[in-house]
Amino acid sequence: MLEILGYSDKITTRPGDTLEIKVSCEAGAKTFNAELVRIICADDFPGGAGYKVETVAHESNRAYPGRRQVINVGSSIQVNDAQGTLAPPSFTLQAFIYPTTPAHGVQGILGRFCDKMGGYRLMIDAQGALTLEIVNDGEKKTISSGIALKSRIWHFVAATFDAETGEVNLYQETGSNKIVHTEKISLTPAIPSKPFLIADGKYNGRIDSPHIFPRALTRREMDTCSVAEALAAWDFSIGISTADVTDASGNNHHGQAINLPTRGICGRNWTGEFMSWQEKPQHYGAIHFHDDDLYDACWETDFTLTLPDNLPSGIYAVRLSCAPSIPEHADEAEAFVTFFVSPSLRKATAPVAFLASTATYLAYANSHHGWRDPLAEICYNMALQLGPTEQFLQSRPDLGLSTYDVHSDGSPSYYSSRLRPVVNLRPKHRVWNFGADTHILNWLHMTGQTVDIITDDDLHEKGTALLKPYRTIITGTHPEYHTHEMLRAIKAYVDDGGRLMYVGGNGFYWHTAYHSTLPGVIEVRRAENGSRTQGALPGEYHMSFNGRMGGLWCNLGFAPQKLVGIGYGSTGFDSASYYRRQPGSFDLRAAFIFEGIGADEKIGDFGSVMGGAAGYELDMIDHELGTPEETLVLASSEGHSNAYVLTPERLLCAYPGIDGISHSDVRADMVFFSTIKRGAVFSTGSITWAGSLAHNKFDNNVARITGNVLKRFLDPKPF
Amino acid sequence: MAYTIDPKRLDLAREFMAKPYGLHSDELQRVLNVMRAPMQRSGRLVALCLRRHREWALGRMHQDPLAPIARVDDRVFRSFEEIEKEIFRLRWHELTGRVLDA
Repeated sequence: MLEILGYSDKITTRPGDTLEIKVSCEAGAKTFNAELVRIICADDFPGGAGYKVETVAHESNRAYPGRRQVINVGSSIQVNDAQGTLAPPSFTLQAFIYPTTPAHGVQGILGRFCDKMGGYRLMIDAQGALTLEIVNDGEKKTISSGIALKSRIWHFVAATFDAETGEVNLYQETGSNKIVHTEKISLTPAIPSKPFLIADGKYNGRIDSPHIFPRALTRREMDTCSVAEALAAWDFSIGISTADVTDASGNNHHGQAINLPTRGICGRNWTGEFMSWQEKPQHYGAIHFHDDDLYDACWETDFTLTLPDNLPSGIYAVRLSCAPSIPEHADEAEAFVTFFVSPSLRKATAPVAFLASTATYLAYANSHHGWRDPLAEICYNMALQLGPTEQFLQSRPDLGLSTYDVHSDGSPSYYSSRLRPVVNLRPKHRVWNFGADTHILNWLHMTGQTVDIITDDDLHEKGTALLKPYRTIITGTHPEYHTHEMLRAIKAYVDDGGRLMYVGGNGFYWHTAYHSTLPGVIEVRRAENGSRTQGALPGEYHMSFNGRMGGLWCNLGFAPQKLVGIGYGSTGFDSASYYRRQPGSFDLRAAFIFEGIGADEKIGDFGSVMGGAAGYELDMIDHELGTPEETLVLASSEGHSNAYVLTPERLLCAYPGIDGISHSDVRADMVFFSTIKRGAVFSTGSITWAGSLAHNKFDNNVARITGNVLKRFLDPKPF
Repeated sequence: MAYTIDPKRLDLAREFMAKPYGLHSDELQRVLNVMRAPMQRSGRLVALCLRRHREWALGRMHQDPLAPIARVDDRVFRSFEEIEKEIFRLRWHELTGRVLDA
């Protein structure tokens, strides 16, 4: 197991910033060590590019007392009620619910309750039936319908309690199936000094229109009473893009959503007439709660770390370590809290900037799809492997999910937060995304090229102004997730004469949203089609954070071909191949790119990632989707295996013959084009390109082409 | 009719053992597609990495993807390719009833 975990309050930083470092010693270590390190190359694979992490002298590099910190996973709504007005002697609790795991044990729906002091709550009992629980001074009374709730069906549920008569009525209804259960009890609930809760962190499913009335209503009154008669009537269709929950009764019992339950999802009124919560909020009056929702782990800070004013821009981490329980498993007693140091604002310290794919890293944060997705093995065409990190994630649902996962109830996970230990954003892990991106930084480091690090998060916030100081921007190997603001900024930069090197594959693919007020969290709704491990549900294609339609940028009017000339076309994970020069490479405009490269030379028939520069996810030109007319196709890959197939969005229907043997579109296109104001774009269209840079001590044709392009792109002479 | 693996086609097993990754013959790929199918009644065999880059063990996933993944036995493999081949052998046995001696 992983014995130490940590995270920081920030991921994009600047010299002088102070980070709050939060640590948990999971196996009980009494102390841990912290050390600031600069990450040059995260790849520690035998035969890989060579692990390079350098210690940075800092006053925070020392031992600290260790402790275990817990994560309270699971979502709810908390309604603070210091005055105690949400505690009437008699009451009616009612709501529409759509439980998704009614057979998974006790789950609270609505009430004011704590284990120590008691209280009252409407809940699902261990048998899956609707229950009202009343507890006072250790005495407990449960009144159950005795009939299990049905999974994934809307129910009307209610409980009334008359303090004078002791009568309890339970209502559990689905359409014409109406269950009424009546009992008399001689116990009144204690009133704990705890918030009123809608869902309890363990409930899985949707809740719509929860109400509490200050008396025991008749069933007829439940249909006819106005919200003004309620003590609280929460309307989830208000404030969908926020964590605020509105009480529409006028009594101001407003609440806060905890751990980001899913909003902007179909409620009990949804008919299919409207597809967006912005068009008809009343149809989207539900919130979906999950027992594995997590926004902020809320750990206490173990120490702060202030970045020196003269710290060079780069990728850094706080390396945490403790004494391992098993000496030969020392790797598991080491963690990295990774962060990105950009230069001070408007003070570029290099002519080139590396745009770190922080949105993409977040989309994949703590992902489980590599082994839980039933299609994973047949897609990878190799056995599934779980390292210590993956085994730990499997055992620890409290670490939350990525946007690739499904929740424990099978519903898609739309959100991913960095305010928790993210165990796969670190060195000594897979050579994928972050790890693979350091191959580019490693190559720049080796060539002596200074580079500033900028991030997706900053690009979303600051737009083109972030890019303008640089002659060239280099992307990561798989810059997959972007907001409209980010794409617009890159396009404006290139159109205005900037130079862009896209040295990756499957970039600019999924529409992504950042939350307008909550830091460190993104939303992705995988609408319509695309290569997916889960899909947004019908009627739920619009993101809750901003109301915009989710899905692929190629379906949303901003295909990657418009930006970088190429877009995702095919994928495979069992091997990688090489490129052959195409006629465009002999065009005089491209001569600078191929200096020192033979006409018949195979490009990238080597590399530490699957043995080739063309692999994993491949992009191709498509003029209909926006590849600029003047684009030169410089080289294309060939010889891909039968495990490589076209991406689903390229298919109107499924058909045989879409693999690397049969279909000519299974290839990566390397392209170059210049823009109106003498800017330029160079794209390689393959995730494994950067894995070939270090081959033969960086003396190879992949490094040469990349270097030729960078040298010319840094030359201010216009194209 | 779903493809079934012919236990007499040892040539396919030998092809896999010689080159577990990359381009396979069409017939071997059909065998692998059956072995790696999305639904696996007996629970998917996986490689559990015990020590990074050094040691692997066989694990079997539960039908419930959230459940713990149990080790199959005490054997420790020294390379990922070695355990890949062992998974092939075990599946060949499970799917054909014949022990694969390759």
